[in-house]
Amino acid sequence: MFGYAGRILYIDLTTGKTHVEPLNEEYAKKYIGGIGLGMRLWLDYSKPGVDPFSPENPLILANGPISGTVWPTGGNGHAFVAKSPQTYGVGEAKAHGSFGTELKRAGYDAVIFKGKAEKPVYVWIDDDSVQLLDAAHLMGKSPAETEDVIREELGDYYIRVAAIGPAGEKLVRIACIINDKTRAAGRTGLGAVMGAKNLKAIAVRGTLDITVAKPEEFMEYVKEFHERMKGPATKKYRTLGTAENVLVHNSLHCMPTRNYNNATFEGAEKVSGEILNERFVAKIIGCSSCAMRCEHMCVVAEGPYKGTMTRMEYEPLWALGPYCGVDRLDAILKGMDLSNYYGLDAISVGVIVGFAMDCYEKGILTQEDFDGIDARFGNHEALVQIIEKIGKREGIGDILAEGVKIAGEKIGKGAEKLGQHIKGVEVTGYDLRCLKTAALGFAVSFRGADHNRHGAYAFDVKGKVNRLKAEKGRGKMVKDMEDIYTLIDSLIVCKFSRGTYYKELEDMTKLYNLVTGFGITTQEMVQAGERINNVARLFNVREGLGRKDDTLPYKVMHLPVPDEGPSKGAYVSQEELDLLLDDYYESRGWTREGVPTIEKLEEMGMDDLVNIVKE
Amino acid sequence: MVKIHERKFVSADPDKCVGCQVCEYICSLTQDKAFNPLKSRIRVVRINQLVNLAVTCRLCEDPPCIAACPRDSLTQSEETGLINVDEDKCNGCGWCIEACDYGAIMLHPENKVVYVCDLCKEKGEPQCVKWCPEEALDMVTSDVLAQKARITAVKKLFQEAIKESSKAS
Repeated sequence: MFGYAGRILYIDLTTGKTHVEPLNEEYAKKYIGGIGLGMRLWLDYSKPGVDPFSPENPLILANGPISGTVWPTGGNGHAFVAKSPQTYGVGEAKAHGSFGTELKRAGYDAVIFKGKAEKPVYVWIDDDSVQLLDAAHLMGKSPAETEDVIREELGDYYIRVAAIGPAGEKLVRIACIINDKTRAAGRTGLGAVMGAKNLKAIAVRGTLDITVAKPEEFMEYVKEFHERMKGPATKKYRTLGTAENVLVHNSLHCMPTRNYNNATFEGAEKVSGEILNERFVAKIIGCSSCAMRCEHMCVVAEGPYKGTMTRMEYEPLWALGPYCGVDRLDAILKGMDLSNYYGLDAISVGVIVGFAMDCYEKGILTQEDFDGIDARFGNHEALVQIIEKIGKREGIGDILAEGVKIAGEKIGKGAEKLGQHIKGVEVTGYDLRCLKTAALGFAVSFRGADHNRHGAYAFDVKGKVNRLKAEKGRGKMVKDMEDIYTLIDSLIVCKFSRGTYYKELEDMTKLYNLVTGFGITTQEMVQAGERINNVARLFNVREGLGRKDDTLPYKVMHLPVPDEGPSKGAYVSQEELDLLLDDYYESRGWTREGVPTIEKLEEMGMDDLVNIVKE
Repeated sequence: MVKIHERKFVSADPDKCVGCQVCEYICSLTQDKAFNPLKSRIRVVRINQLVNLAVTCRLCEDPPCIAACPRDSLTQSEETGLINVDEDKCNGCGWCIEACDYGAIMLHPENKVVYVCDLCKEKGEPQCVKWCPEEALDMVTSDVLAQKARITAVKKLFQEAIKESSKAS
């Protein structure tokens, strides 16, 4: 087999036993790899209704068929899949760096972690040798510290490590899994699933050769993509980076500010991508095999947050900045650095702090509740202090560590309405009140509030549709984008490189065929994308999620944009949401309840899963 | 007769190198027909996210690797400076690896003899230089490196004056 390693590693953390099985080639063709393969395997190895923190919730790590090659941005990704402690449905998150490529060279397409270790352990995968090692001395350490200690004690600088921080150990529901020190499989709380298994880290060394089916044509194609990546399709990522969005979103009045109380931020100029690059970006680096480089490494050289060094992108900048009313980039960078230290999803942590500040300003939480912190919007010291509390589950942080959905329910007194989330996952930096194609994409996203499941915001932000209007036709637009995005996450290429696939699916099919030699058609690739969205939906249906969960945060539906300007008065009504959902389900061939039909599943060769919708 | 040193070797510019490892993939593909950084003659070091550098053989004058070899397996080409490994003589003892200050000569994971950058002599030019997306790699002589360093230092010293003169022109 080319591209695929052809093997899956099973690790039972309860018994310490491991074994290897061949990769099912039919699964490979149908679900490609990454999140697609991961979700399909998860369904095989779990029982309906499993608790996310139970040993019976398997954690699946998968790379893609492109991993291990020199394909620009495609050589290096990996994905984690499990039932999420936030959504109680699909949990999935991806990261890039150098970890996925190492796992492929160790000879695995996926690793399935089952059970729970009696004591904290880390897994050391050294090609065919797999060991569970004591992790007592790593407890309480950050992912970066953990990586350093493991490399030191195993005696190899080139070992790659993915680890959880103190937050994952303490089952903080927004805990992430970090590799290569600053690369996070961030969303849906999979670090907490790892923590619940007493699994502190995964260390990998791989020495095997990776070859592709058609090496000469493949290298020609690599050359072509190296050229494309120097062009306009990637310019944003190579120059200002995603932080460029701050001023763009602000001018369109679609940047949620102060926990969705506004859609525009008066301090935007101070936290813009332009200022970030001018004052803080020290170097832009690249992942293994990448020909773009996008990772904007920032250093704070002076002031109270001196010594902070971290990567920065638009989403965490927005969440820790405008969403909390904070207009100081040095504090935002400190917040990001702390998120990496504790192993927290920095988007969610910003949204949680914004929520807490809203509760404080509305008198639902008091200064006493915060152990004396003056938690008003815009207080950068409060931002930093509350993140510390969440990371440690200390004081109010213990409740906030549950995420805004559960925290809102626990706090009560109207706090339920202040937590802005979808399916339990905190919102991201697009104001859904005035971006209605995005609103649909967010509502139906199988992993909760997220821009990366569809990218439907692009239609709204670029003015390709009337962003303030909900109308028929948006369903198919979202569906088509979702099908491409799931393929991107299953092949595992970087979303920042999507613009270089000029013919999108045709180009991706060509890449897949040059690597694997399978010779599938573009049509088959399109169907694989659709199939992966259906398997995700089946995952959620089996776990009890449905139309009722395809909804929008409270404020998006009840608090019209107050700011004078292009978005004033915008919100999404129940009627609009219903119209959008009906349109989307219809374009997917699902029932009005959002359940895939037996005919649809059979059409896609998913006969083996129809029992999920029969019950 | 005084002659400037003409031996060219592959050197990475620390300001441009981003640690992407493309050179490693390309080197192993060229030399071993597979993607495998462990078989690459050029290796990337990332000390932290800000400090990245690809390192390979610098074709030293009077190379310590050759001096260290007890079996006379290593020789240096007078013309190009390339280190040649006699694979029949080398037994993989590793003394040359210890002697090299740059970690540029390594034990091949399969052949069990040492291997080192040969500037892709069969291809006519180093493939890592050709493929580096950042143009961070270059074929240089030690004299050119010194020239570059001097120019950078002087530019730093006279930043203001350079700005003024560029405005004037």
